[in-house]
Amino acid sequence: MNRHGDPSDPVFQVRDLTKIYVMGEVSVEALRGVDLDLYPGELVVLLGPSGSGKSTLLNILGGLDSPTSGRVISAGRDLTQVGERALTEFRRQIVGFVFQFYNLIPSLTARENVAIVTEIAEDPMSPEEALGLVGLSQRLDHFPAQLSGGEQQRVAIARAVAKRPRVLLCDEPTGALDSATGVIVLEVLERVNRELGTTTAVITHNAAIAAMADRVIRMSDGRIQSVSDNPVRLAPSEIHW
Amino acid sequence: MSVLVRKLRRETWRMRGQVLAIAVVIAGGVATLVMSLATLDSLTLTRAAFYRDYRFADVFASLKRAPEGLREAVEAIPGVQRAETRVVAAVNLDIPGFTDPASGLLVALPEGANAGLNRLYLREGRLPEPGRDQETVVSQAFADAHAFRPGDRLGAIINGRLQRLEIVGIALSPEFIYQIKPGDLFPDFARYGVLWMNREPLANGYGMDGAFNDLVLTLTRDARVRDVIERLDLLLEPHGGLGAIERRDQLSDRYLGAELEQLAGMAKFIPATFLGVAAFLLNMVLSRLIGAQRDQIAILKAFGYGSWAVGWHYVQWVLVIILLGLILGLAAGLWFGLLMAELYRGFFHFPYLTFSPRPQVISLAVLATLGAGLAGTLSAVRRAVRLPPAEAMRPEPPPNYRATLVERLGLQRFLDQPTRMVLRNIERRPLKALLSVLGIAMACGILMVGRFQEGALDYLIQVQYGLAQRDDLTLTFVEPTSRRAILELAAHPGVDWAEPVRQVAVRLIRGQASYRTAIQGLESESRLRRILDDRLQVRPLPPEGLVLSDHLAAVLGAGPGDSLRVEVLEGRRERLEIPVVGIVREFTGVAAYMDLAALNRALGEGDSVTGALLALVPGARDAVVAELKRAPRVAGVTDRMTAIQSFTDSMTEIVLSFAFISTLLAGSIAFGVVYNNARILLTERDRELATLRVLGFSLAEITYILVAELALLTAAAIPPGFLIGLGLIAAIVGGLDSELYRIPMIIEPNVLAFSATVILVSALLSGLLVARRLRHLDLVAVLKTRE
Ligand SMILES: Nc1ncnc2c1ncn2[C@@H]1O[C@H](COP(=O)(O)OP(=O)(O)OP(=O)(O)O)[C@@H](O)[C@H]1O
Ligand SMILES: [Mg+2]
Repeated sequence: MNRHGDPSDPVFQVRDLTKIYVMGEVSVEALRGVDLDLYPGELVVLLGPSGSGKSTLLNILGGLDSPTSGRVISAGRDLTQVGERALTEFRRQIVGFVFQFYNLIPSLTARENVAIVTEIAEDPMSPEEALGLVGLSQRLDHFPAQLSGGEQQRVAIARAVAKRPRVLLCDEPTGALDSATGVIVLEVLERVNRELGTTTAVITHNAAIAAMADRVIRMSDGRIQSVSDNPVRLAPSEIHW
Repeated sequence: MSVLVRKLRRETWRMRGQVLAIAVVIAGGVATLVMSLATLDSLTLTRAAFYRDYRFADVFASLKRAPEGLREAVEAIPGVQRAETRVVAAVNLDIPGFTDPASGLLVALPEGANAGLNRLYLREGRLPEPGRDQETVVSQAFADAHAFRPGDRLGAIINGRLQRLEIVGIALSPEFIYQIKPGDLFPDFARYGVLWMNREPLANGYGMDGAFNDLVLTLTRDARVRDVIERLDLLLEPHGGLGAIERRDQLSDRYLGAELEQLAGMAKFIPATFLGVAAFLLNMVLSRLIGAQRDQIAILKAFGYGSWAVGWHYVQWVLVIILLGLILGLAAGLWFGLLMAELYRGFFHFPYLTFSPRPQVISLAVLATLGAGLAGTLSAVRRAVRLPPAEAMRPEPPPNYRATLVERLGLQRFLDQPTRMVLRNIERRPLKALLSVLGIAMACGILMVGRFQEGALDYLIQVQYGLAQRDDLTLTFVEPTSRRAILELAAHPGVDWAEPVRQVAVRLIRGQASYRTAIQGLESESRLRRILDDRLQVRPLPPEGLVLSDHLAAVLGAGPGDSLRVEVLEGRRERLEIPVVGIVREFTGVAAYMDLAALNRALGEGDSVTGALLALVPGARDAVVAELKRAPRVAGVTDRMTAIQSFTDSMTEIVLSFAFISTLLAGSIAFGVVYNNARILLTERDRELATLRVLGFSLAEITYILVAELALLTAAAIPPGFLIGLGLIAAIVGGLDSELYRIPMIIEPNVLAFSATVILVSALLSGLLVARRLRHLDLVAVLKTRE
């Protein structure tokens, strides 16, 4: 598989993106002109100090937030120009999210937490298949309260990938986990990326994790500071922190 | 300013919708409490002042005729302070330009002077001057109904002769605050009036020179009323005494007392319910708020704030809400109170109205509200205070869910995930769901209370005037008359059917219990005055024995088969033993019935009657009334249709005002409860719903999750709400039971429909308001924080 995909057909094209939060007198420039392309099938790690704008960028990519100016082109459409209905549709079909705090629905079992997405997607895998992919076939009918943190995060990943999204956006997916559990979660992400070819972007504070990426993007102060290619991707199991 | 105070201010502002909603519920409770107590106070004080200043008598007695000299003997009875003799007569009136039958009560005044007891308050004009036989003072209610002014004239048939009278004054009397014709159910100010005249012309007209037929007394402070009445009755018996009564049995005072009792009952029940609901709401909202602020509480404590400081912080929040509710409620309550007191003036004729709620009323309202509010929040605050910091710092453990009953029954196939979430949410915290349901149900019940009266009164009228009393006109004769009079009436071309009535004043005695009333002798198959059983079936009168109304039976503790001692208070004053043979259900009055022939046999007075019931040929009413007005033997004519009409006219205002006020209050409570429920639901679910939005759910889909839960809870609340309403109404109806009338426990379907509709509309509105908030759900914010 071509790790960099076809450069002429990126999954995301981000151009001159800015985001300014205005709170009364003060305004915070969270993004100050970001240009970035994400290609089919690649695994990207976003690094950067706290407050550098990583989450802001990812949220805009996923259609959760709107930029102050700039363009985000995906699937031939400028996300900054479309309405609420199209954004909902975009979230429903194109992107999958994984969050630091899992955000599972406590009143639904693992299977149902996945099913809640597959029920509304166009061409999903079955919840059982998705949970099998993250190694949770034995926990199908557990409620979130009955799962460990790592298991909950894997359910969240299963939920994100079950609709076969084109992009998987993960904001500090291992942030709340210990290193051993974190590695398991990263292995799942890596496997999904490899087996399904899902473009994957992972935000982390942990520089060690950058070793598993195709490309590493470093942000600081609302700008992209550097983009570097990894010649070899390390397997998550080889990463320690 | 302390940071905690700032936090308080900010959070109160942020939750302003909910704060206001709870405050409105509290205000509802406070307003009813203050309204009822202030009205009650106002009427009680006014009554006391009027009675005192215008020397309202303590004991009242009517008799046939006694020489004036007897007064000294009466005054010699130990305990009697002052006695005043009077001549009183029931008359038919002839009012220019008014065709309906009208009657009145003529009361003698000392020649050219105001009465010594039951003094008149002159609103306009003057008292009759000595020697002016045609001058009269009329009661204000009567004057208002006809727009009479001093100088106007009317006719009165005094002992068979039409006399022209000139109105010289308009007055109020403590004796006729509630001006109603004896035996009538509702006041009719146009067709019944009180007229005061000099004694001389009245005495002449009724053969009472040097004699009297009515007596009023005041008693000394230490007098024993029962003893005085006993001695008085002995004294008056040879003179045709009808049995003396004490003040609380006097017609006007009795109605006034019953009304005040009803108000007092209302002051107990409804505010208690309202404040209970408010307490409950406060608890619900505060528990939730504290649950959401666990970590903040932990941090405050970790930094050295004591438990009391933290507790006080939340108590302050409650106090802010209570204060807001109190201010709103006091203002509304005083305003409604004034409104009600003014309304009552249309029924109760006071010369003035003292509206100055005692400070106790206000402090009671404040205390009751503080009590209810703090009681409602104590457990939540205690939980906040008790929480050890370390534990509070940890996020609340994810709640435990399990498969719901529906799923255990294997029905989950039919449910989609959102619906399962809704069901599990409800089932996971059944107590919370139950409390929400209870809150909404209470609101529903309160709504019913405001509405049921109208229908119940309609029903009462329907039964009383549609089924039982079916005559067009009721006549009373001046004195017992031969039955032939009925035949003459029946022969009149305008009369379709005529029936005799024999009414006799009696005292019914069984053991210690006794009751003064009249036995109504009717034909056993009477068409115009029918006896109904409790299923509203017409029952023929048994040929012998007494049939009692259920209220009278309860008062005497008598049932079929028991025997009553009957002391006849007129004629030959027989002492009889008559068995009770039946009980009938009646909503008004305290009647006893007997077959006419049997009654006459028992009295040994031959075939005499005291009145007649007439059914008229359509269109003949005016002609018949005009003729009867001139008939010397006829003492009074009552017209059924106009009685109903006048009642509905006068009641409409009161009932509508009451319905308006209580619906306003209950409606705001209903909305407060439902809206708070919806808001709490939103706070509890917003994170979940935002996550779903992120996962690609549309606004409509997440709105469904929220609204479906609200809808389920609301729907579940309506049936128990009906039950609560029934309970409240039963309690209120029980409290209103009086000898004058019993409100039937009849709840028209439209009462249920109305309360359910208000609840549903509140739910819909709350749902919309909350759904609007879903639009602005901050998707990014929920991802940043853990619960
Ligand atoms: N809702 C908001 N309102 C105002 N300012 C915000 C908001 N969200 C983020 N910011 C600001 O935007 C800047 C970038 O925030 P962002 O969350 O993207 O940083 P980040 O790189 O994800 O940091 P971290 O690694 O700590 O998660 C920060 O300075 C932050 O204070
Ligand atoms: Mg971040």
